[in-house]
Amino acid sequence: MKKRWLSIMMAAAMAATMPAAVMAEEEGEAEATAVTTVGPEDGTHFEMWSFVDAHNEFYGKMVELWNEQNPDKQINVTFSTYPYGDMHNKLMMSLQAGSGAPDMCDVEIGQFPNYTGDDCPLYPLTDALAPYEADCVTSRLDVYSKGDGTRIGVPTHVGASVMYWNAELLESYGLDYKSVKTWDDYTALGEALKEASNGEVYLTSVDTGGVDWMWIAMAEYGEDWTGGPDGEPNVELDSVKKMMTMQKQWLDDGIAMISTDGHVDLEAGFKNVSEGKIASFPKAMWYMSRFMNYMPEMEGKYDITTIPVFEEGQKNSVGIGGTGTVITQQCEAPELAAEWLTWAKLSKEGESYIWSVLGFDVCNSALWFDEDFAFDESNPYNTFFRCKPYEVLQELANNDAIGTVYTTSVSPTLNDYMCTTTLNEVFEDGMDIDEALAEAQEYLEMELM
Amino acid sequence: MSKVKKLLFSQKVAPFVFVLPFVLSLLIFWAYPLISGVIMSFQDINFGNRTFVGLDHYQKLFKDKFFITAVLNSVEYMFLTLVLMIPIPLLLAVLMESRLTKAKGVWKVIMYIPALTSVVISGMLFRMMFSEADGSQMNQLLAFFNQAPIAWLKTKWTAWIALLLLCMWRWTGVNMLYFVSGLKAIDTSLYESADIDGATAWQKFRYVTLPLIKPTTIYVITISVYAGLAMFLESFMLWNGNSSPKNIGLTIVGYLYKRGIEKNDLGYACAVGMVLMVIALIINIVQLVATGTFKKEES
Repeated sequence: MKKRWLSIMMAAAMAATMPAAVMAEEEGEAEATAVTTVGPEDGTHFEMWSFVDAHNEFYGKMVELWNEQNPDKQINVTFSTYPYGDMHNKLMMSLQAGSGAPDMCDVEIGQFPNYTGDDCPLYPLTDALAPYEADCVTSRLDVYSKGDGTRIGVPTHVGASVMYWNAELLESYGLDYKSVKTWDDYTALGEALKEASNGEVYLTSVDTGGVDWMWIAMAEYGEDWTGGPDGEPNVELDSVKKMMTMQKQWLDDGIAMISTDGHVDLEAGFKNVSEGKIASFPKAMWYMSRFMNYMPEMEGKYDITTIPVFEEGQKNSVGIGGTGTVITQQCEAPELAAEWLTWAKLSKEGESYIWSVLGFDVCNSALWFDEDFAFDESNPYNTFFRCKPYEVLQELANNDAIGTVYTTSVSPTLNDYMCTTTLNEVFEDGMDIDEALAEAQEYLEMELM
Repeated sequence: MSKVKKLLFSQKVAPFVFVLPFVLSLLIFWAYPLISGVIMSFQDINFGNRTFVGLDHYQKLFKDKFFITAVLNSVEYMFLTLVLMIPIPLLLAVLMESRLTKAKGVWKVIMYIPALTSVVISGMLFRMMFSEADGSQMNQLLAFFNQAPIAWLKTKWTAWIALLLLCMWRWTGVNMLYFVSGLKAIDTSLYESADIDGATAWQKFRYVTLPLIKPTTIYVITISVYAGLAMFLESFMLWNGNSSPKNIGLTIVGYLYKRGIEKNDLGYACAVGMVLMVIALIINIVQLVATGTFKKEES
């Protein structure tokens, strides 16, 4: 009898712990990879999460500087860095559950639409941002706002898209990339490069796992497939069709290759860039940091210019990617947090760190024309490339050439469909462009019902 | 003190005390999530605000082609894993029990080690092995046979080779151990008497081993059906995220995760979960009835 009970007990205990064990093994605990605390212990305490270690390092520096300048408003912040997916999931779950959220948190722009709903418990930052609003690139503040215009996130950078050229490679074939103004010029350069290199070097690589090219096309024609904050999504746009048709032609003609693993911001992409398999590609300015971190051997070889246009006089850049930092309603001292956060990310002190260490194009556009700020020779980004990156930014600003494509509640679905299905169908399988886009549109409409 | 003791030693109460941990864990970790999952599948959930939407989620589900792709992928994957993961481990188990096999312990350990490695790491290794880059292991192998490199993870059948290999590499040892323990329970005198009757090795396998190992086989099939339908992590790791080209690697649980976690639509995700549960239940009940598990044991 005793034995039987014992065996039942054992069985019960095993059965009870089995799901837990399986869960623990399968999911893996979301452990922070780094936790640091900065500031005096008697200061107001905040918790802050990010998915990029470098961001937390930057915030830590800004806490120290703030405490030096504001002896009456000392703060003490604990920073935790989690992997990208884990952090966003944890934040979402803690906001859904109503407890356990950090006071401040980085949110990647692709995830941001999940937080722009009416009931989302984020602290409004409109007032705290007001002092910086006039100097900032407005579209960057808009992307981190609710439908009614309430600001809820502080931007990190503009992410203006520019053209990266392997100048050394192109010059070795005696080709001139600087005179490229339109996509027709660009295609002609591709033909010349194909001939000169015997098809060894591709002019560029076409993405099947990213929508940057489409964004550029939309910005050039002033279109937006999300329809903007109030409109209806529509992917069957002339700009998108033009870009896809042109890219497909490049692939057919052997001018371009398909980006290995989907886009150039991955290990395989870095390899194609650094080995000179492709000679140019358009990407946001933050891609400069990828050169610094993953392709240091490219120093002095690459040049940056503005992106070609379909027709003269069009805009030729768009803000791509980014991180908005939010303050949750679970924060007990949100005014102080907001004051520090906006200062840290948008004041000149903060922006100079963002530019010189993180290598981003800062949102405070007044600083783009500040010679000491923009062209400081001690900033490694100013010596790495064949031009000073902010010269390109100045050119964009002078021509008012940076367009806007919104990230709205439909964006995650839209991007997902494009990157998993449409772009693959068109570029890998050779499906008709109109047909593929009509299929995408149909899916989006079904989604929104 | 004495009262507590009395209570614990009471013949009537003691059983309940002993099963209490199990009952509690069942209620808290199984019944509650299940019931609340059913309720949530009829609701829209937005940061603590819940509104009932009736059957909306379910109506949308059956028009959602991503969902249909996910269901087909999961069922296909389950079926293929059954085809591969029952006969092969069974065969290996029989080999393992054969008198002719040397160093059995070593083989068992080697076969079992993959089950102990993390899917995160093995998925990453498989992703690199099957990368579309020229230098990946598989493409180098192709180059050795003078074949052009393939974008392995971009077309369905090549990607599924990777997916199924990952599954086999990982779980063959586990299933084999189940079968080994089943084989150990078979009385050796049966084989001896079969020998006396002049049975061949195949006849012994067909008429002695297979019928007697049936309970183990049923158990392995039941867990494999669920494991196949609930597959997520392998695909997530192989494609470095939840998005695969043309959704060739999207599974039901992957879609649930995409909806519930990535797109913050827990209500819809719960509806997806309910469909998964119903499919798994139907397949398993059919299978259990067909194999006679519910029949009274013949005495």
